[in-house]
Amino acid sequence: MQLVKSSPSFEPKVDGNALIHFDGVAKRYRTVSGDSVHALDEVSLSIGSGEFLSIVGPSGCGKSTMLKILAGITSASRGSLYIDGKPVSGPQQNIGVVFQEPTLLPWHTVLRNVLIPADVARIPRIRLRDRAMQLLKLVGLEGFHDRYPNELSGGMQQRVSICRALLRDPAIMLMDEPFGALDALTRDHMNMELLRIWQAQHNTILFVTHSITEAVLLSDRVIVMSPRPGRILEEVRINLPRPRQLSLVNSASFGDYANHIRNLLDRSGALFSGAEESS
Amino acid sequence: MRVGIGRPTGLSSVSASTRSFSLPRKPEYITIPLVFVTLIAVWQGAVSYFNIDEFILPGPFEVAEEIWWGITSGALLPHAIVTAEETLLGFSLGAILGIIIGAVVSQFPLVEKTFFAYLVGLQTVPKLAIAPLIIVWFGFGLESKVFIAALIVFFPMVVNVIEGFQSSDQRQLDMLRAMGASGSQQFFLVKVPNALPFIFVGANVGVVLAILGAVVGEFVGAQEGLGYLILQYNYQLKIGKVFAVLVVLAVIGIALHLAIKTLQRKVVFWKKLSNRIEA
Repeated sequence: MQLVKSSPSFEPKVDGNALIHFDGVAKRYRTVSGDSVHALDEVSLSIGSGEFLSIVGPSGCGKSTMLKILAGITSASRGSLYIDGKPVSGPQQNIGVVFQEPTLLPWHTVLRNVLIPADVARIPRIRLRDRAMQLLKLVGLEGFHDRYPNELSGGMQQRVSICRALLRDPAIMLMDEPFGALDALTRDHMNMELLRIWQAQHNTILFVTHSITEAVLLSDRVIVMSPRPGRILEEVRINLPRPRQLSLVNSASFGDYANHIRNLLDRSGALFSGAEESS
Repeated sequence: MRVGIGRPTGLSSVSASTRSFSLPRKPEYITIPLVFVTLIAVWQGAVSYFNIDEFILPGPFEVAEEIWWGITSGALLPHAIVTAEETLLGFSLGAILGIIIGAVVSQFPLVEKTFFAYLVGLQTVPKLAIAPLIIVWFGFGLESKVFIAALIVFFPMVVNVIEGFQSSDQRQLDMLRAMGASGSQQFFLVKVPNALPFIFVGANVGVVLAILGAVVGEFVGAQEGLGYLILQYNYQLKIGKVFAVLVVLAVIGIALHLAIKTLQRKVVFWKKLSNRIEA
């Protein structure tokens, strides 16, 4: 099991061979009280293989819904979704998901939690054990494999859940505000760690966030969404050099990108509905 | 960096974190005997002061003598074994049926709703009131007591099991679904472990009720057992011996309760773990 994929190119191949393609995907759902909510409005979007793409937008703009549709947890009301040119219905084996909360199973050790995808795929755990240990080392949790989740801090738990998502070397990683519950310092640290992991693994990452800084710092491309019903306001390509450091945040070009995205959200009225970041 | 590292299965780590400087490590080890001694003193004091006849209420020392007599003469032990056997068999039967039926019923919302309506209806029937019927159906031997005990254990068990299977963390289930887990994988990986704490709540209530069921069965019709013994001594106005039997019953009850608690700590250890490592 190789940990690092062979192609070291960090250049995303967006145009041409899209790995993921949203074609007019819309979502309406009914709440418990019977109201119909129009969460997502006709989103069309192509994501290239190896691309790091962030989605920013106000609360309830349907950005998490996009990930859920892609993960196969919920279905689209309209439109189609393709991965590798094939229409998607239901959960995919080559997708790893990281939720806002670590969602570890407290009755299993860290190692056993990382190995949950092996159980689900009915692969003997022993075969992926080395891979799991390497991943734990990659996220700085070497030596913690036989601890229980409750013994770890929130940041450490989230790193375990990232290892779990990476276990089967998925082509696509879906991350739904993975660091939203962490304090600002831990969050900065985790952002740099994620970039390091991504550059080692080179998966395609779809990253949903409230934080404009986080989106610009991490992404090749930032999708800015309108308030509900969510549609794409603009796709902002982030032409900042890689590998990126945290100090990049202070550069003028970084500020330009961040301001541009903030203005987009501001004009759409999104900033009044809680899109402003705290960091 | 590491604060209060708890051993995964150890409860000692939990008590260590709650230890304070003014109280000893386990203050209850002092307060529990203290209250016991106080109660005995009040009991003896009341018996002496009001000069209560020992045919009505014997003092603690007479009761202690009767217990000693019961142990040395071997008069209590065979009956205690009979009652303990009825209790354990009844508890096991009721608990196993409760777990299986609860687990199956909770997987199908319609079945569960239908079942629950009858369950609530049956719950209002005082189950001890049908003990004479059960003696008619199952005879004066072991079976009738086991059945009565099982019947009253079943209800708290099945209610807790159903609640346990319904209280699964939706985020954990979503996480598994995103990995493509089948229904049975979701059941065994998430639903069963989530139900375990509830099953133990039911078992803790049930085990005490099982003794009650066995004793009531013996009251209604039996030739042996502690319940039978209580009736015999009562008729003979050997109130000291009645108290001795009650103490034996209490000891059996406490032993079973502690056994369940110990098992609970071993099995659902994660509910107690809260010592975190900060990093």
